[in-house]
Amino acid sequence: MAAPEPEAPTTAPTRAKDHSPWNWLLFIPIVVPLIPAFFNGDSPRVFGFPRFYWLQLAFILLGVGTTTLVYQMTKKRGGR
Amino acid sequence: MWRDHLTEIIVFSVLFLLVSVMGFVAARWRAPKDMAHLDEWGLGGRSFGGWITWFLVGGDLYTAYTFVAVPALMFGAGAAGFFAVPYTIVIYPLVFLVLVRLWSVSHRHGFVTPADFVRNRFDSPVLALLIAITGIVATMPYIALQLVGIEAVLKTMGVTGDNALARHLPIIIAFAILAAYTYQSGLRAPALIAFVKDSLIYIVILVAIVYLPYKLGGWGDIFAAADAKFDASPNPNDGILLNGNNQLQYVTLALGSALALFLYPHSITGVLASRNRDVIKRNMSALPAYSLLLGLIALLGYMAIAAGVKPLPGNSAGSVDNNTIVPLLFDQQFPDWFAGVAYAAIGIGALVPAAIMSIAAANLFTRNIYKEYLKRDASPAQEANVSKITSLVVKVGAVACIVFLDPQFSIDLQLIGGVIILQTLPAVALGLYTRWFHRTGLIAGWAVGMGLGMWMLYQVASPTRKHFGGSAFPLSEFGFDTTRTIYVGIVAVAVNLAVAALVTLALRAAKVEEGVDGTEPDDYFADEGDPRVTPGADRDADSAREPVA
Repeated sequence: MAAPEPEAPTTAPTRAKDHSPWNWLLFIPIVVPLIPAFFNGDSPRVFGFPRFYWLQLAFILLGVGTTTLVYQMTKKRGGR
Repeated sequence: MWRDHLTEIIVFSVLFLLVSVMGFVAARWRAPKDMAHLDEWGLGGRSFGGWITWFLVGGDLYTAYTFVAVPALMFGAGAAGFFAVPYTIVIYPLVFLVLVRLWSVSHRHGFVTPADFVRNRFDSPVLALLIAITGIVATMPYIALQLVGIEAVLKTMGVTGDNALARHLPIIIAFAILAAYTYQSGLRAPALIAFVKDSLIYIVILVAIVYLPYKLGGWGDIFAAADAKFDASPNPNDGILLNGNNQLQYVTLALGSALALFLYPHSITGVLASRNRDVIKRNMSALPAYSLLLGLIALLGYMAIAAGVKPLPGNSAGSVDNNTIVPLLFDQQFPDWFAGVAYAAIGIGALVPAAIMSIAAANLFTRNIYKEYLKRDASPAQEANVSKITSLVVKVGAVACIVFLDPQFSIDLQLIGGVIILQTLPAVALGLYTRWFHRTGLIAGWAVGMGLGMWMLYQVASPTRKHFGGSAFPLSEFGFDTTRTIYVGIVAVAVNLAVAALVTLALRAAKVEEGVDGTEPDDYFADEGDPRVTPGADRDADSAREPVA
């Protein structure tokens, strides 16, 4: 609250709870797995898996990592 | 025939019976003071913690049909079938952002269904009715498809008959047992059974992905066998990688399916049953374990190719039933007793989602049709009773679909189901963030999105069928000079949104009455322990708007 508004709405602190900038990180695991240029190829292979398969399976870890980070950062009393 | 599979049948039956007993006992598990309340029967008392939610939602989203159909798709078409992996990655951040808000507002107002929320938010019983009907219609074929999963297993075990009744008798018995314990125990039954189902599936798949590649010569050989099969096939769009034509379809199908999945009533039921916001958020980090499982299960389709599995004949002469490839692979590669365990995992895997789906559909009927239009002053006990009976009707309907109609019909309906449930996105998902849309605009958008989606699905041809041949719509039909295809649902929901926005602007210019929002901004962040959380009590929007003091 930089600007000293005389009539600041009293609900503002509650609203901020879900408006944490950390939430924007969640768009990474939504957007990245939907860009075929990243994964639609054969090489390099890992344990015999073409890139198409191992990279998409690896995106699962990207999703887990991001949701865990955002959860930790936005937990009650945690990220503020 | 079936005598060759005796060990498998015995193991399958024993595990199935064990689970049935658990289903009945579940009524006493975490027993409530008063079971005759929709919150208890239909949402398990809104009390599930992290572990139960993990098993329940996991068992709910990753159905038996998924486990059978995704590898079948990989077997038939290759890389395109792997869309299930990005699809189940994308869904969790979406739930994290959106459904947590639905949980909060539902907890504070005692909402049981998404249509309850829409009614209150947009002050429109008509819109709520449309949302409820959409949910019920989309869910019914999904339940029927769970039976297709069990049937694939029974077929492989040689449990078939000469006439329709004999062939379907085992399924009718299985569903009768399921209906009985769901009636008695409500959402507690699938929650308890999910523990067994998921443990079995994890064991089977871990064994399969270690043991089968070892037997089949390693992952390199498995992918080489799949590559050789697709090179030899005349279809230009199969292969172990995507090509220029189906990339857009792959991505839009993954996104559209993710958006559809969390709008399905059964997913929302699973989320609303959890105890607090933290349980949901933590689960969004833990549930992707199932996505990993699903990715590995998908690859069973390639293992079946490498193992030279030939699918069993389908219902019509000359066709093959690709859904049988996973059961056949297990039958061919595993010892009999372990194949029996694997079959039980698939069979029980059908019961959990079928139970939750029928509960979700029953709740929609009770709350948004019965209470809204038939008996406005229904007590919570009457609501619970109507829901219990409706859940029976829904299951009878699902069995009838499979026994009397071609299973292909259920598969078509499920394809349509994904497209139509997406049309509730503006009202339910965007409604959680904004009330900018006018209720009539949302109704108009819904109607246009539905019509367009149906027409597009009707136009899609496949090598074997002229209409309803899939969800990949050729963009050339819109006059674009391209061979690319796109997922029908995404186009339909985009047009839905555009219409809703235009009609909203027009109505606002004409100053048409918008109704009153029954929720407050604060409602979307309420959590367990909030003094104003009143589960089950505050049923009426009007009472919430009474001026205090």
